[in-house]
Amino acid sequence: MTEPAVDIGWVQLTLASALILVAIALSAWQRLGLARSLVIGAVRAVIQLTFIGYVLVWLFGTNRWYFVLGVLLLMTLTATIAATDRQPGGAQARRRLRPICFTSILVGSALTLAYVGVVVVDVTPWYNPRYLIPLFGMIVGNTMNGAALAAERLQSEMEAGRAQIEAYLALGATPKQASAEPARRATVAAMIPTINALAVVGIVSLPGMMTGQILAGSAPTLAVRYQLVVVFMLTAATALTATGIVLWYRRTYFTAAAQLLPRLPV
Amino acid sequence: MNGGLTPVGADIGIEPSTDAFALENVTQERGGRVVLAGVTVHLAKGGFTALIGPSGAGKTSLLRLLNRLDDPTSGVVHFLGRPLIDYPVREMRRRVGFVFQTPAMFPGTVADNLAVVATLSDKATAPRTSAPIAEVLRLAELGADFADRTAADLSGGEKQRVALARALMTGPEVLLLDEPTAALDPEVAEHLMDTLRRLRESTGLTIMMVTHRLSEARYSSTHAVMLEAGRVIEQGSSAQLFSNPVEARTREFVAAGNDSNNHD
Repeated sequence: MTEPAVDIGWVQLTLASALILVAIALSAWQRLGLARSLVIGAVRAVIQLTFIGYVLVWLFGTNRWYFVLGVLLLMTLTATIAATDRQPGGAQARRRLRPICFTSILVGSALTLAYVGVVVVDVTPWYNPRYLIPLFGMIVGNTMNGAALAAERLQSEMEAGRAQIEAYLALGATPKQASAEPARRATVAAMIPTINALAVVGIVSLPGMMTGQILAGSAPTLAVRYQLVVVFMLTAATALTATGIVLWYRRTYFTAAAQLLPRLPV
Repeated sequence: MNGGLTPVGADIGIEPSTDAFALENVTQERGGRVVLAGVTVHLAKGGFTALIGPSGAGKTSLLRLLNRLDDPTSGVVHFLGRPLIDYPVREMRRRVGFVFQTPAMFPGTVADNLAVVATLSDKATAPRTSAPIAEVLRLAELGADFADRTAADLSGGEKQRVALARALMTGPEVLLLDEPTAALDPEVAEHLMDTLRRLRESTGLTIMMVTHRLSEARYSSTHAVMLEAGRVIEQGSSAQLFSNPVEARTREFVAAGNDSNNHD
């Protein structure tokens, strides 16, 4: 049933790169001024992907658990920087957010990966990079976005809701009670893209992993089952990470005496 | 400046009383700016104290210390003779209600806004019986028909009454009000002040109010504190402070305020 994928050699790749020329030509014709960005972007994509290809070859070859974990940590770190870099609220707020974001992404992603790797797929050896790296990559890509959305929304809700939060505190509420509404809104905002994706998967979007698997020769039914594992996995990981961010980040807005801290300098 | 509160006499019909709050050499800094500079002040129990002074004098900053929305940078705040920080903060806040300048309504109806207060106490706080909703609506002089109205749809004056009723739900001994009438029309403001006066007369509540309307301070308060640039200029009975101030600065401020109040 499985037929091997058509090989893509350097000739085929060169032919494919002509497609980017279509975009460059359109940009020139419409005077969009995007030619330079398109060329740089295409070159970057070639270099980054080629590089990661060789890293994966090396990683699969060495087959050492600590190298695999090291790569997973590096992925988490990169995701943390990407998720926190453009957060509002000033440099001080971003610094405060970074360890929270790193830990939440790591815990949410690792717990989910562990469940999938050990219980669902039964990866052997447990650190088999052929499974762990791509699965973790997909998870972190999602938890990163969830983390960024949760943090950004919480920050804006906490600032916009200062009057209401202090009104609750003045009535003897705990910080948790006083910020229940901002926390709820932030968690929902972080979950919406994932819920939307669940609703349209297979109809509007054929996920990249499933498509790739089918192209590589897998039976579509197997690819579908893998993809279902992936969407469930992404949903859990995003929920865990968003909840972690919201519950922890909001604590940084209050003192031990249940006072709302003043706005940080932006 | 004078050190302690001059006992106020029979002219305003209350006994010389102990302090609800006493601030000793309290300094408060915010973002590197000194907003209160060595404030020592006594706020009478059972009284209606008006905190007056030009904007930026530190009135709101001082009021916020009394319910520990903020803590002072240095100095001590006493509540009923004990340092304020010795009280469990949430329990203390239920005894010292706070009404903000801009009332923030919670979701839902007026009744929801009031009922939620009872749910805010937990095991950590000794459960306090909260006042019945009908009772606080009556004290805040909101009709019983307000209970089912959506809080967000009310007028500014009505919202401020809901905020007042909500603060009364915990059965406080002290009520702090931060310019409660600032956003209200003069007529609506006057009506709210009448409510506060009657509230104090019927419940014996201690009231402290920041205000920029000198006329309302003068006619409602028993005591007054004049602040300027983070310092106490003068404190004493309202009768004395408004009619016969000791300090030249108070005299100027009160005179100017009386002029501007004519436009209200």
